[in-house]
Parts: sequence; C-alpha cells; structure tokens
Amino acid sequence: MLLIHCPYCQEERPELEFRNMGEAHIERPKNIADISDEAFEAFFFIRSNPKGVTHERWRHVHGCARFFNAVRDTVSDRFVATYKSGEPRLEVERGEDGELLVKGARS
Amino acid sequence: MANTAHAHRIHPLEGRIAGSAGVRITPAAPAARVSLRAGPSDVKALSKALGLDLPLAPKTTSGALPGRLAAWLGPDEWLIIDEGGDPLADLGKAKVLHSAVDVSHRNTAILLSGAGARATLEAGCPQNLTDAVFPVGAASRTVLGKIEVVIIRTGDEDYRVECWRSFSTYAFELLSVGARDCLA
Ligand SMILES: [Zn+2]
Repeated sequence: MLLIHCPYCQEERPELEFRNMGEAHIERPKNIADISDEAFEAFFFIRSNPKGVTHERWRHVHGCARFFNAVRDTVSDRFVATYKSGEPRLEVERGEDGELLVKGARS
Repeated sequence: MANTAHAHRIHPLEGRIAGSAGVRITPAAPAARVSLRAGPSDVKALSKALGLDLPLAPKTTSGALPGRLAAWLGPDEWLIIDEGGDPLADLGKAKVLHSAVDVSHRNTAILLSGAGARATLEAGCPQNLTDAVFPVGAASRTVLGKIEVVIIRTGDEDYRVECWRSFSTYAFELLSVGARDCLA
C-alpha cells in the first residue's frame, strides 16, 4: 500500500485514509462576478494534467481531516514531498539519477 | 386521559459478545461524547473547563476512562469521551470561541482486549499499530474495513474502537471474523 506523509500528523499513513482533491494552488479570482466566461472556464474547468511533476491538493479525510498540498510524479506515482496548506508552492528538480527532489535539498 | 408511551433506549450492540482464545470483544458502556473544534489560542481555557489538558501532539490522548478522555483528532479537533460527567455543560462554562457538538448518540464503541487484540484490529485497519508508533495512550481516526473509526489504545492489550452507531453491527461482525485468525 502507498504510504503518504501527512504534514499535520507528521508521519506516513496508509493511502486509504486520504483523498485526492485536484490540482493545487488554484486561486479563486477576487472579482469573480466581473470576469469573462473564458476566464471563468479557465479558472473553473481547465487543469494542467501534466505527465510528470504535479502539484495536488490532498485531504487526510479519514485521519486529521486536514487539506494539504503534495508534489507527485504522475509517471512513477511517487510522492516527492507534502506540505501544509497556505505554504508556498514547493519547487522540485530532477537529479542526474532521475529522482525528483525538493529544490535545494540536494547538497 | 392521555396515554403515555415509554421509550426504552437499547444499546445498538446490546447483549453481544464475541472473540476467540486470544481476544475478547464487547460493547463499551454508554458514554457522553463531544466533537470539539477550537483554535490554538483557546485551548488553555477549554482545558481548564474540561479539567484536563487537551492533547496538542498528533495521535495522543489525555485523561482516561472511566472518567474523561480527550483524543487529538486534528490540529484543531478533539473527541471528548466521558462515562460519568457532562463535558458539554463543562465546555459551556468556557467563554472562548469554540464549537462543541454532542455526538453521544452518533457514536458507540467496541472494546477489544487480549493478546490478539492488535491482530484482530489489523484484520481491518491499514494503519501501523505496532508499539513504536501506536503506544498505550495513542489514538487515531482511521479506517476499519469500509468505515471510519477512532482507535484508542487504552492498555497494553486493550483497544477501544469508536464508530458510528449505524455502522456498529458491521464493525462488530468484522472484528469477530478478525478474532478467529488473530493468533494464527
Ligand atoms: Zn493528517
């Protein structure tokens, strides 16, 4: 079973306790009533769905119930890192060995 | 003359008992339960009102049953269980912002005890329940089969499984089946 690190519980927990909640760092426009239909479509429906590194919201729904963010590789299904909601987008880089790591973590 | 009807409340697991050579499974006594939500700045006042220190570390509890127990469920969420007193009334004395919901009749609990208690739980719970990460006093919301539960380790070989009342027969049956294999 996949183990996911919850930044609030501060440990790895079984994937059955979690739920994927879609792409992370999507901000609701503050002037939502004024934006065009196209702009609303882009905000509401269009997702990047990349092959490779993706930033996602997850929820530890059957644990602490908190939302958090995760960086995951959609090819290998590996979680690179997880971090609390509200924290800045975590940038990652691929090393020479092909492994993804948080930027600056390699020294 | 008006007729009076008397409703008798029946425990959802009334009279049940299950287990095997290694584990005993019984329904827990009725208890008052409160789902408590509050921010970090109000924890001190709420702890005072409850007469125990609300736990702040993940997966921990304070207090003990019978009596009053508080389990950390999330960074701003606790489950209070009390077999004698009235935690809701006590929380009402705290004049700080909080949400306290009486869930006494939503929940019931199943007690497991014996050398096979942990193995019985592991039949349906994917979480690591070994001593190093789930010692006595630990508590966690997690899953058991297809339902959500809160597991509290109350002793070396004792666990309390809090589940929703309507799921309690499912939980009891699942644990009964798990008990058969617990010492295998
Ligand atoms: Zn968590």
